[in-house]
Amino acid sequence: MQDEQLEILDFLRRYSPFTELPEETLHRVATAVDVRYFKAGSRIIEFGEEALDWYVVRSGAVEIFRRNGTLYNRLTEGGHFGEFGLLNRKRVRFPAAALEDSLLYLIPEAVFTELFENNEQFADLVEVEDRTRLRQVVSRREDANQLMSATVDTLVGREPVMLGREATTGDAARRMTEEAVSSLLIVDQLEAPPAAPRMAGIITDRDIRIRLVSQGLDYDTPVAEIMSSSLVTVEHNQLVFEAMLQMLRNNVHHLPVLKNHRPIGVIALSDIIQYESRNSLFVVSSIFRQQSVDDLAALTGDVHACFSRMVTEDASSRMIGSAMAVIGRSFKQRLLELAEETLGPPPVPYCFLALGSMARQEQLIVTDQDNALVLDNSFDPARHDDYFKALAAFVSDGLARCGYSYCTGGVMATNAKWRQPLRQWERYFSEWIEQPTPESLLNSGIFFDIDGVWGETEWIDGLRRLISRKAKGNSRFLACLARNALLRTPPLGFFKDFVVESDGRHSRAINLKRRGTAPLADLVRVHALAVGSLARNSFERLNDIIEADVLPRGRGQDLLDAMEFVSMVRIRNQANDLAAGIEPDNSIEPDSLSEFERKSLRDAFLILSNAQKYLKFRYQPGRSG
Amino acid sequence: MLHLGTLQQGQNKSAAGIETPDWPARFRELAASARDERLKRFYAAGMVGADTPLSEVPLMALDFETTGLDPVRDGIVSIGLVPMRLERILASQSRHWILKPRTALAEESVTIHGITDSQVASAPDLIEILGELLEAIAGHVMVVHCRAIERQFLNGALRPRIGESIEFPVIDTMELEARLHRSKRPGLMARLFGRQQLSIRLAASRGRYGLPRYRPHHALTDALASAELLQAQVGHRFAPDTPIRELWK
Repeated sequence: MQDEQLEILDFLRRYSPFTELPEETLHRVATAVDVRYFKAGSRIIEFGEEALDWYVVRSGAVEIFRRNGTLYNRLTEGGHFGEFGLLNRKRVRFPAAALEDSLLYLIPEAVFTELFENNEQFADLVEVEDRTRLRQVVSRREDANQLMSATVDTLVGREPVMLGREATTGDAARRMTEEAVSSLLIVDQLEAPPAAPRMAGIITDRDIRIRLVSQGLDYDTPVAEIMSSSLVTVEHNQLVFEAMLQMLRNNVHHLPVLKNHRPIGVIALSDIIQYESRNSLFVVSSIFRQQSVDDLAALTGDVHACFSRMVTEDASSRMIGSAMAVIGRSFKQRLLELAEETLGPPPVPYCFLALGSMARQEQLIVTDQDNALVLDNSFDPARHDDYFKALAAFVSDGLARCGYSYCTGGVMATNAKWRQPLRQWERYFSEWIEQPTPESLLNSGIFFDIDGVWGETEWIDGLRRLISRKAKGNSRFLACLARNALLRTPPLGFFKDFVVESDGRHSRAINLKRRGTAPLADLVRVHALAVGSLARNSFERLNDIIEADVLPRGRGQDLLDAMEFVSMVRIRNQANDLAAGIEPDNSIEPDSLSEFERKSLRDAFLILSNAQKYLKFRYQPGRSG
Repeated sequence: MLHLGTLQQGQNKSAAGIETPDWPARFRELAASARDERLKRFYAAGMVGADTPLSEVPLMALDFETTGLDPVRDGIVSIGLVPMRLERILASQSRHWILKPRTALAEESVTIHGITDSQVASAPDLIEILGELLEAIAGHVMVVHCRAIERQFLNGALRPRIGESIEFPVIDTMELEARLHRSKRPGLMARLFGRQQLSIRLAASRGRYGLPRYRPHHALTDALASAELLQAQVGHRFAPDTPIRELWK
């Protein structure tokens, strides 16, 4: 005798999470299934009633609601619901109704609970809080790309070799040979642990060659005289990739690695070259070799190729975003060099700014140029502005030719308002922060992601400190900023070939920047300013936010995962467009997404949506702290 | 179960003119008159009254696979049972038997139901499982798609084995479909233009309610398919408090 319903077994076998079950278990589940038909429009389960079964949609379509009646999800064949209630005091939490005539499979609570408890992968896939599912997805990817996403400390092979500053260069050379290292950290005083030695500088074999031997200095010269004392360091938990960029930016080949302000080692360029996607390095170096705007414009194809290659190599969104930002910066820098060659040296010092995604190091290939000029306080419009106007136009036109379209909002240095002396910029920021209105902040939000690209970049460090100081704990400002951060919301999810909005409406495509990464970055910026973070990158800001403990437990990690996942879908979509020879954009049609991507995107949207609710609550006007 | 969906009303003698018995009373009579003990127990379990609302009626979807189309010559090779209530099909309590018919398996039928000689060789005769079968369906109103065939085959099998036949109330999902689509003769226009009548076969009927397509001709799958069809028909055209008298025969 055989009592198994073959149709039920065959159906379950085709859908996640049942695909994770061993054959024997699957048979057991199939024989436990009961069935019920619901006519379109009829209610399936009601809030608060006893949760008895777990539901799988066999055919038709079902809508799941929140307690307040708003749409929570829409499911078709293979979708499941009811797990929240079963795992939560056995009361229905999300009521459900049939959108179309639907046939549902009912799996009794006891069977579901047993499955959930004994099958880890199954449980991961139906986890109560969808966010956990996204964590799985992102961390599985992270595992797969361990090399690419490695942090700096994984490259540190040994303790740093240190020498007191009073030692001679001869001592240093002997010590380097003995220890077989190419650099030494020079410290004020060699302290016994646990006291942290104060680093005075670094000396490398290159320094000995260039600054000692070729200068004909004596071997008894104190190391302090030939060491590099302006130290460029990295934190132990930064990405290897970022360390490489750091070297590139500062033209150094050795970086001391710090952990809790203590050097734990030194990494050399040779250590990390294998981690680098050399492509972006080549693009950057070729940018600096070009002699005209025409030459630069001809590199667009190389930039796209570099982007596509990083996607193929499974780089993380953070690596791709910062590589593209470095490339964008390099274009600006080279254009400014060329501008200065054409226009002559600047009449007063200045700093050229990057704003928005470039400043956050989250740039992709479809991007506006958002830029501005900060001028020395001695700037006299009558005498100097012609120069800077021409400089701004040169750079802006050049960028447009290199694929960075003009900013439609007019946030460019060609706009006199954004070409002002430092004093005026300080006034702008003070005004925005001290007398905030949602309207004034609507267009200035972009200025809170600010980076110096060229010239007096230390001014920008000063501006950032001013912003951080004034913004932290300023509840009125934060409330206005938070209000603006809620203007763009994610959709609810996907249904068949449509994007479903929270009010149930459908659309054909979704702009993943406007509905995903941009609102995420906005939200992260509010929290970051609230806790006084000086970071610009959303991932780094999130780490500061997590450290400051202002989010409910686990939500910071959720946001990191959501940011990574949505960014990667956006990135892959652009790479696909490039491969297909069509103009890349941020718009995605649901039918181009895999079932897996749809599910995970929906999880990410849910995380964003919940985080927006929390943001609204936390920074509501009048709430202190 | 294989049958012709175009079966005419007259053939199953269940058209509106024939009266439905008072089933509880009929069961009491039969419990007294039946000679076979198993049959006696079956009737003695009783039957719900005609006014019982659908939501309170224990139902049992039933399907046979047979060696052919002739209820006299051909035999039953498998039986599928799926108990249900209006609000839940208890697929988890499905029962399925493969039986050894007294006629050999015809090759054509094997290709339909997929049950082979070797499976049948080790299978029991209906008589061996009759007690179990009757016990399982006792007290339930049967749900089938095309009651005439189910009943004829069952009686065709019982008469040579126990010398008696069996009666019970049945909800015929095909007849419910026919009521909707065959209630009157096709109109003049339809006849003039040779419009095809809507099929009331199981798969076609299910399709109209948005039910999925199943692989046919497995007794258990077909029983489940009829059970789902009944839920859909009741969902669209009846109500949980509709008395059983409106559906059964």
